[in-house]
Amino acid sequence: MVEILGYAFMQRAVLASVLVGTATAVIGVYVVLRGLAFIGAGIAHASFGGVALGFLLGINPLVSAIVFCLGTAWGIAWTSRRTEVREDTAIGIFFAATMSLGILFIGLMGEYNVDLFGYLFGSVLSVTPADLWLASVLAVGVLAIVGLLFKEFLFITFDPEMAQVSGLPAGRLYILLLSIMALTVVLSIKVVGIILASAMIVIPAAAAYQLTQDFRAMMGVAVLIGNVSAVAGLLLSYALDTASGATMVLTATLIFFVSALLARHRRRGRVRAAAGMRAAPHGWEGPGPGGRLRRAGEDP
Amino acid sequence: MQPIAELQRVTVRYQALVALEEVTFQILPGEFLAVIGPNGAGKTTLVKTILGLIEPTEGVVRLFGKPPREVGKDLARVGYVPQVAQIDPRFPIRVFDVVMMGRYGQMGLIRRPGARDRQAARVALERVGLGDLARRPIGQLSAGQRQRVLVARALATEPELLILDEPTTGVDVGSSEGVFQLLDELHRGGMTVIVVSHDVGVVAQHVSQVACVNRRVVVHGRPAEVLHPDVLECMYGRGGALVGHGEFPHIVVQRHAPGQG
Repeated sequence: MVEILGYAFMQRAVLASVLVGTATAVIGVYVVLRGLAFIGAGIAHASFGGVALGFLLGINPLVSAIVFCLGTAWGIAWTSRRTEVREDTAIGIFFAATMSLGILFIGLMGEYNVDLFGYLFGSVLSVTPADLWLASVLAVGVLAIVGLLFKEFLFITFDPEMAQVSGLPAGRLYILLLSIMALTVVLSIKVVGIILASAMIVIPAAAAYQLTQDFRAMMGVAVLIGNVSAVAGLLLSYALDTASGATMVLTATLIFFVSALLARHRRRGRVRAAAGMRAAPHGWEGPGPGGRLRRAGEDP
Repeated sequence: MQPIAELQRVTVRYQALVALEEVTFQILPGEFLAVIGPNGAGKTTLVKTILGLIEPTEGVVRLFGKPPREVGKDLARVGYVPQVAQIDPRFPIRVFDVVMMGRYGQMGLIRRPGARDRQAARVALERVGLGDLARRPIGQLSAGQRQRVLVARALATEPELLILDEPTTGVDVGSSEGVFQLLDELHRGGMTVIVVSHDVGVVAQHVSQVACVNRRVVVHGRPAEVLHPDVLECMYGRGGALVGHGEFPHIVVQRHAPGQG
């Protein structure tokens, strides 16, 4: 098992998996907390149109995918803001339209392209040095933007209305968040594929959500789970000779269910501990009907 | 004296529904205004219009003399406490981090909180009596405590104008009295306060003016007038009556009172 790490293709695969595991997990935290899973799936499917166009024009399909994903993210944001159309409706429209464009482009190529399968379902072992470069640039860019605008993204995720009242450019920050989500999707295409890109965004963050009650902790745990899923999935898929993208996503899913069970167990323990004592002995408020704790019942 | 906020013939429509109609009034510095009215009367629409969260269909809104969306940096002079239901109690975040958000607007993009910001957040938390819960995740608070966290967040801004939307909903009577005592203190300290409430009993003891909202807005001036029959009618429809009883006045409402909803 260890000797395979000596191969250049495997080293690239591990590095690409780490980049994807990290960037998707970071973006996933916002996606899970703000309820953007559907828009993530929509943007991921839009990349199909971009990849197909790349093949048709003979350019790097990931470059044209960037254009398509960003265009779709902005299109969805614009449509839901400037028209009476709801955001999920806008997603449904862009999602289908960009997929259709992809199918049209493939038809125009006239010949069946074998590579397309690799983009749909990921082929981490065929990541080229050029792919890795592009992925590194995207990942560094995404992480740098999140690092710089950490407090702003936290604010618009937690309370978008208040963020606007406080004078932050909440609308523009939201579009920037969607944009870096689009870039994250593109960066994951080679590793997990178009179909599964949104899964790698949602699942590690959803698992971390079960385990933490602090924003930074959630992001840290999500990154850990994202990396473990991606790298373990890669090695497992190599050992078992299974599809790498699917194995990564299933590894993440397994971790998600384990953390959901852990969280459930821990909540029960807390509720039992809290049942033995009385809440809020004095002060402004009594326990009251509004005083029931929703998530946990730790002693005050 | 320049009004802090001013509305001139403001109408807000949501498609066919008229939420506010021809509303004209102003808020001068140092006022303590209660916005009351039945559910669905347009109270929240009114404060959101003042804040620029809702664009009026017709009419003119001025906040610090400018249209709300052009106020820019001066928005840091406004503290806003939204309805607590707007906050997801399961969001993984600690009390102190929520309060710190009150500073983000004046900190500016990219900048990190400094000692001055942390100090303001701590003072605000102490002020609402939650100083010892700073590290607690908000999911572990009661609804009343979460409400106070939002008040602290608005105070951390160190605002001149404080706007609160139903700060006593889902909160027991003792806690609600605590909120109003705090607002009283802030008002005496020179802050302009607008509070949306449907709790006339508590409101009556504290505020200097009452804006009665039922699509249209009528402002009643002096505290003596607060429990004027017109105000009660606005709240409870014809047939509402005030009964003095114990510490707080009580409102008795006839069944099938008209004007509700």
